[in-house]
Amino acid sequence: MNPLTITGLMTAVAVTSLAVVGCKRAEGVKSAKTTIQCKGSDTMVNVVQAWAEEYHKQHQDVTVEVSGGGSGQGIAALIKGTIDLATLSRDLKEEEKARARKNTGKEPRETKVGYDALAIYVHKDNPLEEISLEQLSNIFAEGGTITKWSQIGVPPLGGRDEIIRVSRQSSSGTYEFFREHVLNKKDFKLGSRDMNGSKEVVELVGNTPTAIGYSGMGYATPAVKMLKVRPQAGAEAVAPTVENTLSKKYPIARSLLVCSLGEPQDALQTFIAWILSAPGQDIVRKCGYIPVPSATGK
Amino acid sequence: MKNPTAANSPPPTTDRPTRSRWAIFGEKTLETVIRLCGISAIIFVVGIFFFVFKEAMPMLGREDFSVTQFLFSREWYPTSEQNVRYGVLAMIVGTFSVTVLAMIIAVPFGLGAAIYVSEFCGPRMKETLKIIIELLAAIPSVVWGFIGLTVMSQILVKYAGAQVGVNILNGGIILALMSVPIIVSIGEDALKAVPDSYREAGLALGANKWQLVYRVLLPAAKNGLLAAVLLGVGRAVGETMAVLMATGHAVQIPHGILDSVRTLTANIAAELGEAPEHSDHYRVLFLTGVLLFTITFVVNLTADLVIRGLRKK
Repeated sequence: MNPLTITGLMTAVAVTSLAVVGCKRAEGVKSAKTTIQCKGSDTMVNVVQAWAEEYHKQHQDVTVEVSGGGSGQGIAALIKGTIDLATLSRDLKEEEKARARKNTGKEPRETKVGYDALAIYVHKDNPLEEISLEQLSNIFAEGGTITKWSQIGVPPLGGRDEIIRVSRQSSSGTYEFFREHVLNKKDFKLGSRDMNGSKEVVELVGNTPTAIGYSGMGYATPAVKMLKVRPQAGAEAVAPTVENTLSKKYPIARSLLVCSLGEPQDALQTFIAWILSAPGQDIVRKCGYIPVPSATGK
Repeated sequence: MKNPTAANSPPPTTDRPTRSRWAIFGEKTLETVIRLCGISAIIFVVGIFFFVFKEAMPMLGREDFSVTQFLFSREWYPTSEQNVRYGVLAMIVGTFSVTVLAMIIAVPFGLGAAIYVSEFCGPRMKETLKIIIELLAAIPSVVWGFIGLTVMSQILVKYAGAQVGVNILNGGIILALMSVPIIVSIGEDALKAVPDSYREAGLALGANKWQLVYRVLLPAAKNGLLAAVLLGVGRAVGETMAVLMATGHAVQIPHGILDSVRTLTANIAAELGEAPEHSDHYRVLFLTGVLLFTITFVVNLTADLVIRGLRKK
């Protein structure tokens, strides 16, 4: 009798703490309807939306709600406990992990769900075909010396020579990824147009002949051109393709992640497993990103 | 007037007609509720100000934070990994430039439309115009922002020769379109409130319509018209979503109306969500909120004083 009670008590405590700390909404598997709240990366919002729709078709009892706002906002919301799953287009920072542990007592768990080659976009009429990381850093970073197209050998476009830099707001994972891997943690030059979404960057570049911007490869449109990127000056320029991303030849490729608090449970676990299965990874490909190779093999 | 409750209750025992206890009680309750509604405005304003100030306060006492730098530096690097700098000068300039441009466009248009609707057009035209102007006021700001980002930006690149379509002019036009309906409907009310005897007297003295408007109606309605303009300014200063999308969101001091800027409101909207709670960045954003609060307070106070001054004359 006694051991049974203790076991029962322990289960109760475990279940309660799980319910309180972890997936507040996803915990109700027994009830007919379950809602999984996702928030975060603007780069991934199309993919997650497509997952949500397809998953709901197959599992009528589970609804996945999706919103963007940037990877930083996703993490902030996950730590506050208002969502179940954060989507990220950059790695989790140590400081964020620490904050999650402190505020919720749970270890954040990342799952790799795809890859993206961070593409450098220019207007389709721009004759430029390739650019080096060093040139990018000189264009975008504080103290960088390149402000005119003529400095990198491009004739004035429509009579204008000034480079219009299109960047992202600071909550964006793409912004932080670019800062870390292209600018080497230097700050951005002031005066860039900081767009509030991945799609808006591509849209503005498509409208502006003298612009250059960076965004996920899934957002390419006919109005823009993706540049090949040279890892070092003099090295061979690499196009942002699936092969080059998987072989890590393309210098600014990154992983797309989803992140939950603690080991994902119940409905959330099923959802993440489905994302990594063939139908989930098919959607990653259809949205213009690159599936996780090991997962597609299954 | 007979109270329906009293009429339904059993006939009173005394000769004197009395109101039922419920009617008296109901009246008192209603009075209290209405009084609470009135006072609630004060409670909310004080409460909001207290909250915003409380969140911003700890930053002011810090040694590594200087208010002068906050107000007069143009370098805004809230998430820098090397050197965090909080300077909002570029955004103050941005907010003012967009607002001023919007008012330069909106005030003549708005007041002109108000005068036309109130004095010159026929009754059928008046009804149609009023409905359409109210419809204009009902368009959500995010839709305006979308128009700015997609339609207006292309027009500006093509016809105004702008290098980038999202800039002060774009934001100013969008904000002007948003504040015109407010200026028109309040301005029209102010003109309508001028007694008809003024118009009759003016016409009887041989004034033509233009003289009537210019010499009689505008001076008579100036308080209301000023209020209309200031409410328009308030809308323009406080607008967030539309300017976020239409102005280009670039931290820089503009050199012309075709440059991109960032406004204080748009900056708060874009960054507050990711700023970790009670971090420096979060507190500085709240301090920006205090700054905005102060700006609108000064605008309102000035308006009040001006109106008082006008009344005394």
